[in-house]
Amino acid sequence: MLDIRRIPIPALIGLVLTALFVLAAIFAPWISPHDNAEIVGDVWEPMTAVHWLGTDNLGRDLLSRMIYGARITLFIAVLATALSFSLGAILGFSAAVFGGWFDTILSRLVDLLMSIPTLIMGLVVLSVLPTNLVTLILVMGILDSTRVYRLSRAVAVDINVMDYVEAAKLRGEGSGWIIFREILPNALSPLVSELGLRFIYAVLFLSTLSFLGLGVQPPDADWGGMVKENKDGIVFGIAAALIPAAAIAALAISVNLVADWILNRTTSLKGGRG
Amino acid sequence: MADTKAKSGVLLDIRNLRIEATVYPPGEAPKNIVLVHDVSLTLEKGKVLGLIGESGAGKSTIGLSSMGYGRGGVRITGGEVLLNGRDILKGGKEGFRKLRGREVCYVAQSAAAAFNPAHRLMDQVVEATLLHGTATRAEAEKRAVALFKKLSLPNPETIGERFPHQVSGGQLQRVMTAMALCSEPDLIVFDEPTTALDVTTQIDVLAAIKDAIRDTHVAALYITHDLAVVAQVSDEIMVLRHGRLVEWGGTRQIIKEPRQEYTNALVSVHEIEHAEQKPGTAPFLSVKNVTAAYGGGHVKVLKNVSVDIYPGQTLAVVGESGSGKSTLARAITGLLPPEQGTVTFDGRPLANRLADRPKEDLRQLQMIYQMADVAMNPRQTVGTIIGRPLEFYFGMRGRARDRRVAELLDEIEMGKGFIDRYPAELSGGQKQRVCIARSLAAKPKLIICDEVTSALDPLVANGILKLLLNLQEHEKVAYLFITHDLATVKSIADSIAVMYRGEVVRYGSKSKVLTPPFDAYTDLLLSSVPEMEIGWLEEAIKGRRMASAGN
Repeated sequence: MLDIRRIPIPALIGLVLTALFVLAAIFAPWISPHDNAEIVGDVWEPMTAVHWLGTDNLGRDLLSRMIYGARITLFIAVLATALSFSLGAILGFSAAVFGGWFDTILSRLVDLLMSIPTLIMGLVVLSVLPTNLVTLILVMGILDSTRVYRLSRAVAVDINVMDYVEAAKLRGEGSGWIIFREILPNALSPLVSELGLRFIYAVLFLSTLSFLGLGVQPPDADWGGMVKENKDGIVFGIAAALIPAAAIAALAISVNLVADWILNRTTSLKGGRG
Repeated sequence: MADTKAKSGVLLDIRNLRIEATVYPPGEAPKNIVLVHDVSLTLEKGKVLGLIGESGAGKSTIGLSSMGYGRGGVRITGGEVLLNGRDILKGGKEGFRKLRGREVCYVAQSAAAAFNPAHRLMDQVVEATLLHGTATRAEAEKRAVALFKKLSLPNPETIGERFPHQVSGGQLQRVMTAMALCSEPDLIVFDEPTTALDVTTQIDVLAAIKDAIRDTHVAALYITHDLAVVAQVSDEIMVLRHGRLVEWGGTRQIIKEPRQEYTNALVSVHEIEHAEQKPGTAPFLSVKNVTAAYGGGHVKVLKNVSVDIYPGQTLAVVGESGSGKSTLARAITGLLPPEQGTVTFDGRPLANRLADRPKEDLRQLQMIYQMADVAMNPRQTVGTIIGRPLEFYFGMRGRARDRRVAELLDEIEMGKGFIDRYPAELSGGQKQRVCIARSLAAKPKLIICDEVTSALDPLVANGILKLLLNLQEHEKVAYLFITHDLATVKSIADSIAVMYRGEVVRYGSKSKVLTPPFDAYTDLLLSSVPEMEIGWLEEAIKGRRMASAGN
């Protein structure tokens, strides 16, 4: 069904790059030349044959840290996005289907959460709670799910009044069938396009938090944290901070190329057969 | 084109028109398909040519080609379109801009969708005239008011100040006709202008259009699938099928002496013989004094309605939009719980609210919708759509379910090859058939049919009605048939309820309801059904006892 020659070039580029990042993340301990925290040379050494990307502010191998950083960055961003989408979409669809007080209470709660800027909310919560991966993922996921909730609810409200949903209700179907079998497949297109965007926001949000010192704790570092570690080098003409930044940008673009392609396929009403 | 100019009187001369479009089938290279195969036609000044055919016959495509327009990537690849003696296809973009809205104007099917809701009617009516600089604003508005008067719109002086949502559908369609006439074009293309309207409104719009055409001496292409309608306004009729000319002749010849078999099929399409069944002793569903309202009791849409349905028989509910006929269906199904009154089913009262009804009651009452497109989940295959009621009500799974789905597909004359198709891969008539199969799958006692044929072409609709009658014979299912089309009623009903503003004004067996003397409203409804007779329109307007709601 999936013919590689029929994948458009941009999607192919996106797929290859995303696959590279994912593989690097999975096989980090085996492919990285050095350990994550191992000091192997001088501070901010330039790119050489030994250290392909040079060394960082403490003399650690930058390539190895980039590879381990991919692992942490992707792991947290993927889980946070998955959480925000399952939570946001299910609650949003339910609000649309049940309506009434359920919808009102949930929507006002979400409005309340959204009225506080995400970053400030995140900073407050993370500075109170112990900083570990679980809290980080939960905080990021829940804060982001408010956006997904608004989108899902808006989409589902429109779908909920379609005749085929009414037909299902007349048949006596429960809310589970209506939400997952009638509404979800038809709401997938806007959700997938939002997914690409939200995933990148998660990466950026994590980077921001790490940059401010509330995200991933040293010696581990995600890419955003690595920008922070090496930012002072920019003044001296050292490019070490730009490499993780470029990696974030590349990931953002490639994930969205893939998302756009999936979007094109999910909008087909003929089961991808044309 | 010197020779056409010499032939005075010819306004539009289309020669060997060929229209193509590119389609992108999956897994294959894009290919060209021909939508219109070398069609030629001529239209004299001040004459009306009716273009008639089913969906996909190319009638709209040909009509739009007279203004050099191809909808949605459609290309005019061959032939000439001579308007006033010059080939408009050679004029380029600049030529089209000068032509559209001045020499040729267009009246769309859905006026509600064609007007910009953010601007006042008058601004939109005079827009083309002002753009082309043929008149000053004051002159154009004066002309528009005169046209509003001619089209018998209420308050012609002030109606232009309203917004599109402040006038009714029939009025909006007439305003659109005024818009087309305002720039005094030579030719107007009417694209199904009355198809979306009620019969009683349609007759007013039709009469208004006919008068306006006669008084302004404009020529017109009148596109429709309803032969009876086109017979009222056209001088000549052209029958099209699959982008090819079937027959072209004077109106009288086409409707009285059709030469082609296909034309004959179109002319005789409405006649299904259906002998009325005598009502049995006990109705299995009876609606007693039901009153229902929207908006928490403020807008009463059903007032004290009582009807009975007998096993294996058809009750037709007739009325215009807003008469409450669909609301009656919603009250019976429990989607809109009635405020007063009861619905009894098999001798016991049905719960008012949908949520309170047991599964068995839900199974016995099935519904088929007007728009089959939106009544099926576009992401489910035909197999899932028909199979779900089997799973849900009877717990059928796997092979047994698939076998029953195949049987049902056979019953609706489609065959099991369709089981893996998605709704988007079906034609309009096939979609409605799948909806019928879905409701049959539940083995119900009653199927509520809400305007099931009104979105379909006459021939396809005819097939659906025959199918419903056959199924009734085999499965002994009863129908509550909601419609505004009296021809449909005659061919399917055993008893009839005529509804007007939420009340049943006439109720009884088919023969009783359709026998004079009539009350004023039933008379209006009956006399508004277009008949395939020349001059019917004038007779009908003259003989009416009450004005229709849209006027």
